[in-house]
Amino acid sequence: MGKRDRLSGNEAIALAMKGMNLDVVAAFPITPSTEIPQYFSQYVANGETDTLFIPVESEHSAMSACIGAQAAGARASTATSSCGLALMYEMLHVGASLRLPMTMACVTRALTGPINIHNDHGDAMGARDTGWIQLYAENAQEAYDNYIMAVKIAEDKQVLTPVMACQDGFITSHAVENIELLSDEEIGKFVGLYEPAEYLLNEEEKVAMGPYDAPAYLMEHKRQQAEGMMQALPVIEKVAAEFAALSGRHYGLIEEYQTEDAERILVVLGSTAGTAKQVIKNLRAKGEKVGLVKIRSYRPFPAAAVAKAIKKAKAVAVMDKAEGMSGIGGPLFGDICVAMNGLGGPRLIDYMYGLGGRDVRPEHIEAVYRDLAAAMAGKADEEQLIKKAGPYYRYLALREE
Amino acid sequence: MEGVLEIRWHGRGGQGVKTAALLLADVAFFTGKQVQGFPEYGPERMGAPVTAYNRISDEEILIHSNIYEPDYVAVVDESLLSTVAVTGGLSEKGAVLVNTAKSPAQVAPLLNGYKGQVLTIDAGKISEEVLGANFPNMPMLAAVVKMTNLLPEKVFMENMEDSLKHKFATKPKMVEGNMQVLRRSFGEVQGL
Repeated sequence: MGKRDRLSGNEAIALAMKGMNLDVVAAFPITPSTEIPQYFSQYVANGETDTLFIPVESEHSAMSACIGAQAAGARASTATSSCGLALMYEMLHVGASLRLPMTMACVTRALTGPINIHNDHGDAMGARDTGWIQLYAENAQEAYDNYIMAVKIAEDKQVLTPVMACQDGFITSHAVENIELLSDEEIGKFVGLYEPAEYLLNEEEKVAMGPYDAPAYLMEHKRQQAEGMMQALPVIEKVAAEFAALSGRHYGLIEEYQTEDAERILVVLGSTAGTAKQVIKNLRAKGEKVGLVKIRSYRPFPAAAVAKAIKKAKAVAVMDKAEGMSGIGGPLFGDICVAMNGLGGPRLIDYMYGLGGRDVRPEHIEAVYRDLAAAMAGKADEEQLIKKAGPYYRYLALREE
Repeated sequence: MEGVLEIRWHGRGGQGVKTAALLLADVAFFTGKQVQGFPEYGPERMGAPVTAYNRISDEEILIHSNIYEPDYVAVVDESLLSTVAVTGGLSEKGAVLVNTAKSPAQVAPLLNGYKGQVLTIDAGKISEEVLGANFPNMPMLAAVVKMTNLLPEKVFMENMEDSLKHKFATKPKMVEGNMQVLRRSFGEVQGL
């Protein structure tokens, strides 16, 4: 039984960091993730952990320091947001392709510009093709739990792929909520000690890391790297089962909420899942058959699980918190379309929502469900809240007059 | 939301509005409630209008949006009355609490026709007299607890003493001063 407490998402991550037997944390402050290295450096200064904290001069250096440490044989982690994550971009690919099982607490925020410190998924979606596993959290509890599980997922010998545990900036990172904590000992025992098969400081078996990869080999190495990502799907479930035995909290690749008989389903990442659950409770009380699919593992994408969850519905709203600028909708919509390719199934409509901290209110979610009802009935959409953006997708709560 | 107590705080950057909301979440948590305490960040500078929110419930709180139809509103800076619609969406079964030297009858006409209960407290004066500086958030915190009947005064004071002892472990004088502020504030809410 864990300790009941009330903490912000950032405080929860810093506490988890203290228990994870980390050898190195390298970080540079950026809103809204700044509190994580701030709290953590206090634990280091107070002697509450023996982790080496490296206050680097940029996020490119933070990721480089983590890569160097992990390659040497240490367990390393960092935290960042927005432009900080963007500055790491080059090194994210390097770390993932070296198969270094690092972890990162990513506190999602809009990418500049225009400059904005608030939440959307523009930063994390920009890193979705870097070869990092991405988990998304609904609340502080899930942010904490996902970050702890990230270590075991990343280090699994079938996976050896870094993990980004994402939570919504300010919405969960700065909101104090009820949470159940594990002790440092419980976390430490759960994640165990890092025992790499190959590492640079191993004098017995010397290895080279990161040499030039000629055309004769790179394609094979990318295929192997992709295999690690694909293997992560069962491993994420296996680690979740182990975590449930410790904490009593159960997690899957996705979470289905009231989907069993749902005609209208909303697919979402992050904190909006909670707001949507409340709306579903209210609409269900009026007899409306509405449900939710929350994507927990976004990379790798659990296409089969998502397809199974939504294929019986009549209309599905895909919620994207990153514009993507493709002209055909957001990144999650693209993934859902791939998952449903050739399966027939429900009408899919993409909604762009919550960009740059636009508050996502219960009435916005209700409007999406009404919109889906209209789509099911083949009626034109008359909703004020929902604006069409070209033929492929719509904007939620956009002011255009 | 039914069964959830929703409170909205209005103040200005530097007045400790976020701290007050987080401390309110703390004291509610100590009585076994499900809580949320969160600020709405705008331009990050001293004196800019800031908003903070609390949700308090016996059931799990799922919703993650700002509060538009609060049960109670606390206005930490009375100059906001002329620029921010502080009673916007406020339940008429609830109440608004304003930090001011004015009486509730003098403040009521400044609240855009709000028909519910109006309470006042001179938080600035209490803080100046006890602590020698204007920290309006602690008097407001005590007054909000009194306004909402969230928990009995005795339980609140005991919880706050524990929190303050923890927060000011190296400055014990601050504990006594703030406790005195809280005690006095409980007795100086006007319009109940």
